[in-house]
Amino acid sequence: MLQDVSFKLPAGSFHFLTGPSGAGKSSLLRLMYLGLRPTRGRVVLFDRDIAATKRYELPALRRRIGVVFQDFRLLDHMTALDNVALPLRVRVVKESEIKRHVPELLSWVGLADHLGAKPSTLSGGQKQRVAIARAVIGRPDLLLADEPTGNVDDHIAMRLMYLFEELNKLGTTIVVATHNELLVQRFAHLPRLHIEHGMVTTLREATPPDGESE
Amino acid sequence: MFRRRHSDLPLAGDATSRFLPWLVALMVFLSSMAVAGAFVIGAVIDRWDHDVSGTLTVQVIPAGGEHGDAVTDERVHVAVEVMRKVPGVLAVKAFDKKRTLALLEPWLGSTEVVQDMPLPRLIDVTIDPEATIDLGEVAARLSRAVPGASLDDHRVWLSRLVNLSRTMQWLAVVVVILIGIVTSATVVYATRTGMAVHHGIIEVLHLIGAHDDYIARQFADRAFALGITGGLMGLALVVPALSAIGWAAKRLEGGFLPSLGLPVLGYVAIGMLPLLAAGLAMLTARLTVHGTLSRMP
Repeated sequence: MLQDVSFKLPAGSFHFLTGPSGAGKSSLLRLMYLGLRPTRGRVVLFDRDIAATKRYELPALRRRIGVVFQDFRLLDHMTALDNVALPLRVRVVKESEIKRHVPELLSWVGLADHLGAKPSTLSGGQKQRVAIARAVIGRPDLLLADEPTGNVDDHIAMRLMYLFEELNKLGTTIVVATHNELLVQRFAHLPRLHIEHGMVTTLREATPPDGESE
Repeated sequence: MFRRRHSDLPLAGDATSRFLPWLVALMVFLSSMAVAGAFVIGAVIDRWDHDVSGTLTVQVIPAGGEHGDAVTDERVHVAVEVMRKVPGVLAVKAFDKKRTLALLEPWLGSTEVVQDMPLPRLIDVTIDPEATIDLGEVAARLSRAVPGASLDDHRVWLSRLVNLSRTMQWLAVVVVILIGIVTSATVVYATRTGMAVHHGIIEVLHLIGAHDDYIARQFADRAFALGITGGLMGLALVVPALSAIGWAAKRLEGGFLPSLGLPVLGYVAIGMLPLLAAGLAMLTARLTVHGTLSRMP
């Protein structure tokens, strides 16, 4: 349950969302990716008041959001390629486009040799990269990632963070929920929303990263 | 050529895929029987109607006594003369006792007892179907000339048969509707079960921006495929069943039943049933998915 949560994410920003397990990070993310509607309060996304938005208009908003779920939520009966292609198929993108872009992205996340692999044959880290590829394939305006580095080693974690930063530079607003303090410290220049007992208690303002000029 | 549409849901492995075609097959089989029954009854009535319209039957009560047969013959002769003078009458043909007995043979048999019975004598009158005949006046004239003679234009008998036919046809329609309702209810149950089984996948599709119809279409396509498979299976069962009934009916036809053949329209209606069942399954699945998804945020 969330209470008295009030914040604004500027377009093109990159935030960490931190807090202990059960603090409400996932609930907050669910509100943001429109998996929940607020019982009270106001959620404004892409200048639209969600409570006042008609249900049939929500899919168009959801297509502007990429989500990396904590438990990946890959479809087990599909290959890595088909899983990543899913957001494009939902948008009825041409198969020729899908066959061009999806392998390219999977190569980028280091899974060029696993295009036809089913999730059951992939390791936790590989599944996570497939999930991330699925979240970013549609070039979302907002990317929400719930513990995206939870199952990968440091090297892969850093690589994924750099991927997020690349996307951010292209204009995608990013929120990464994590309780990996080490990761948060490594990217100390990123602003941080801290949530505890259902309330946003800390807000670290953005600082320029080391070596980056203002 | 049909191109199989893309599906994200692994519906082919569901239990529904195994039982739904058999259920639809049974439903199509039962519907076909009801439809065939309705059409055959309709055809029989039409045949009877066709056979008896344009005809009248005069019935002459046999005279008793020592010279009964001679008196009866005379009455029949007079009745024939009366009928011949009626404008619009094309032919008048009296059946002798032997012919009357032959007509009654399928019901009463041909024993000596029957031959001794005082059977009414029949006169078959063919009238011009276009002619307007005052049947009341003709009947009155006939009974004045021949005591005990009656005129039957078959209308009462025919209207009862037509009523029976209509009732049977409506009953067949009700049976088909009930079968449709049962099929729909089963598809609703099967679709909801499928949605529960694949809830996780549906939620992912929903959250990545799939419209409700994108998901509903996949269930509907599957329901249509299962429906048409089942429908064709049902049709494959109907053909031998109808052939067997037709064969049995042919053996039964002892001269008093018209041919029990199914009219062409009946075959067309039965041929459409698999498509109808598949369409119903498709529509039901689509509406069920939309109904269930509307409860998601």
